[in-house]
Amino acid sequence: MERKLTRFSFDNRSICSIILSMTDKDAFDFIVIGGGVVGSAIARELARYDARIAVIEKNPDVVDETSGRNSGVIHGGFAYDTGSLKARFCVEGNRMMDSLASELSVPFRRTGKVLVGNTEEDRKSLERTMEQGAANGASGLRMIDGRELHEIVPAVLGSFALLSSSSGIIDPFLLTIHLAENAAANGVHYYLSHKVMSIRKEKDGHIVDTDKGSFRTRWVINSAGLGAKDVSEMLGFSSYRVIGSKGNYLVLDKTMGALLPLPVYPVPSNTYMGIHVTPTIDGNVTVGPDASPTMDFSYYGVPQEKIELLENSAGDLWPHIHRKNLIRTFSGILPKLVDENGAIQDFRIEIDDRIDSRAVNLIGIESPGLTSCVPIARHVVSLIAERETLRDSSSFNPCHPRPIRFSELSEEEKDDLIRKDLAWGRIVCSCEMVSEREILDAIANPLGVRTMTGIKYRTRSMMGLCQSGFCQMRIEQLLERSGLDADEVEYMYPGSWVVKGKVRA
Amino acid sequence: MERDAVIIGGGPAGLAAAVALHGKGIRSIILLEREASLGGILRQCIHDGFGIDRFKESLTGPEYASRLIHEAEERGIEYRTSTTVLSISSERVVTAAGADGMLHIHAKAVILAVGCRERDRGAIAIPGERPAGVFTAGTAQAYINLYNRLPCHEAVILGSGDIGLIMARRLTLEGVKVHGVFEIQDHPNGLERNTIQCLDDYSIPLYLRHTITDIHGSGRVEGVTVSKVDDRLVPIKGTEREYRCDSVILSVGLVPDNALALPLGLDVDGRTRGVSVDENLMTSIPGIFSAGNCLHVHDLADDAALEAERLASSAARWINGDLLDSCAIPVIPGCGIASIVPMRISGKSDVFFTMRPSCALRNAVLRVTAGGRTVWKKRISRALPQNMLSAEVPKESLSSVSGPLEVTLS
Repeated sequence: MERKLTRFSFDNRSICSIILSMTDKDAFDFIVIGGGVVGSAIARELARYDARIAVIEKNPDVVDETSGRNSGVIHGGFAYDTGSLKARFCVEGNRMMDSLASELSVPFRRTGKVLVGNTEEDRKSLERTMEQGAANGASGLRMIDGRELHEIVPAVLGSFALLSSSSGIIDPFLLTIHLAENAAANGVHYYLSHKVMSIRKEKDGHIVDTDKGSFRTRWVINSAGLGAKDVSEMLGFSSYRVIGSKGNYLVLDKTMGALLPLPVYPVPSNTYMGIHVTPTIDGNVTVGPDASPTMDFSYYGVPQEKIELLENSAGDLWPHIHRKNLIRTFSGILPKLVDENGAIQDFRIEIDDRIDSRAVNLIGIESPGLTSCVPIARHVVSLIAERETLRDSSSFNPCHPRPIRFSELSEEEKDDLIRKDLAWGRIVCSCEMVSEREILDAIANPLGVRTMTGIKYRTRSMMGLCQSGFCQMRIEQLLERSGLDADEVEYMYPGSWVVKGKVRA
Repeated sequence: MERDAVIIGGGPAGLAAAVALHGKGIRSIILLEREASLGGILRQCIHDGFGIDRFKESLTGPEYASRLIHEAEERGIEYRTSTTVLSISSERVVTAAGADGMLHIHAKAVILAVGCRERDRGAIAIPGERPAGVFTAGTAQAYINLYNRLPCHEAVILGSGDIGLIMARRLTLEGVKVHGVFEIQDHPNGLERNTIQCLDDYSIPLYLRHTITDIHGSGRVEGVTVSKVDDRLVPIKGTEREYRCDSVILSVGLVPDNALALPLGLDVDGRTRGVSVDENLMTSIPGIFSAGNCLHVHDLADDAALEAERLASSAARWINGDLLDSCAIPVIPGCGIASIVPMRISGKSDVFFTMRPSCALRNAVLRVTAGGRTVWKKRISRALPQNMLSAEVPKESLSSVSGPLEVTLS
């Protein structure tokens, strides 16, 4: 299957003249704009049917925005208004997560989580949350006293808690990547680093113009996350108000993960979970997020005062937050749909026949988007199925093979692999014990991602204590060996060059 | 397989330990190195100034390494490169992955000489965006000197540790514009000779009491904001200055590498951040020893190598079945001392103390006290936090000590 496009060079005026999928035979049935966790889930659900599907993603990878910048928590579904799509899809998504994670070979653990309270007011609020959860169909909710709370998390600061035993933690990178790679394995074309510039309506569908050429498609599905408002306007929908909610995080080293068996949250509001501490599936701890409104959807800077705010407020929940264990900071932005008063709205997922009967518009897909990705995707498919018949594909395979992680194998398995292929015995990242074979396999990923962070998110290399100090040079060299020039190796976003050529010719 | 000694790490400490053990008559030695060649970080330190104590001449890092490698090879010491230790058990079984598959080595003595790592941006929580182009000085050095890749065109250096100073000069020599070295403390953190030879000689400005308060750029670094700090090291509002650059080079401290020590459950010292050792440089698990930068960060490769040679003396006795004296007397770094090695002594042997002063002092007295009584003292004409102090205290001074020993500098 040809997935890599020939690069065209042209100026803006000629964009419209190049149609990459020119004839009707080549046209797509569905183009999904945005390859994040929801876009890739939609593409994968559509791949169950006999159709030509493409995903257009402006970033060089599928986890470069909100899908890769979050807490990695699978939510229980109790925190959302009863009757909302957020509540419904979150509960559904939570229930199916064991089977989804197993199909896609994504590390997932139903750790449960606690929402910790101290005052009578907290107790009332948590009891209301529990009732709302019951009404939403969330399972496994109960109040626990201080004794039980401290048995679960000895160090936590709090008098009682609401325990949600169905909540869990997942690898948000691999969930998104494996959804995308499974979609691709089932015939979905991924066009990465393609930014949609305009959408033209035609009699039988659309022409989607990108900065690298145009595509003809019958359906357009706008799942552009932070960019969804812009795409929505290109499709002719009236203006929605979308504001960014930016959250900053701290990452603590793995010695801390051992002290935190499950996520610890404060008492939530209906629109914000509060600054929490969360073990990651790999044994680190994330602290955050705060939430401040922003209209700059590409600025991920973490300011000094937020670092201090996170340390202080999460320190009120869990006393193990120390500078010496800090290994990194990051931030993410949630696109929140708001009404004219600024009140945060439910997910909006719509087909409006008056505007475009072959466009599905998704707006305000924020938390719990990770938990809800597949239910959202199935809802999108059901909206499409109301308008045309979808024929089952005979060849859909929902399973993604489990990538081998050297560090997780038994001694015998390690020995066998090294004897078959020496690259298993060459450890590139010795903090996370990632072998050269894993790096090479990640470089050969089916989406064609060639960034340093693409390798990082797929293998955990560069995520350990040295934060790439010892291994990034070797990974850069392996990327060069795969065919990139030194100048072409990029860290993450366009322009993020790592080295500028050779010191000596 | 079985060996008397397994040495982990082929840098100056590991190589010196191997050679010295051999000199003590130990023949069954294997040294494991994760890189493709021996030498450790010395390989990328192409500047000179190494070996003045040990070899009585100024060598480059690779020259220094090749002398040690030559000594090891001449003695026929067995080593494996491209071999990464995955774990050590408290029964002293070392498990490693290498080109021949998995190795399991049962050892009488395990010697940790794995070096240190650089603190990076996350460890000091530099605010701002996370573009490409923020490198630790050692990473930038490796790109240039080992991989022949130029990591930047225009750099700002944060921290005045030795590698940062060396890199200021190295980058300048390669045509990179270095805007300056910014140090949060009121004194440079590297050796005095490096401040002169790497900054002054190249007119690279050093700004004390300054730090980076913001990094700009979403793809590659586009610039930084630098601010002055007050006496509590807090940035002063209104003193911000912007620098355009495509790189931030960090030289903000080194931390002993405990990746193998922690899962093993070895006691870690809160001050050195390396493992806790007794006067034999033995850790809290019998038969497991540590020396060099993974024990505590040294100023000079020579010091790491000399420490490893001291380790070899006690490790050889251990391997030969001599009972090492039990070390029950704790050593406490008192006023004026930031950290000290060893952390426990027996009171029955001479002890070589290595310590880092916590502040600059002139005409100070280094004092060893027990129960308020001074048992040994020495005059120190000049003490600096960036220069490690050492002192050999004779057993006669320690024999009457039963309680904790306190070492002070005032």
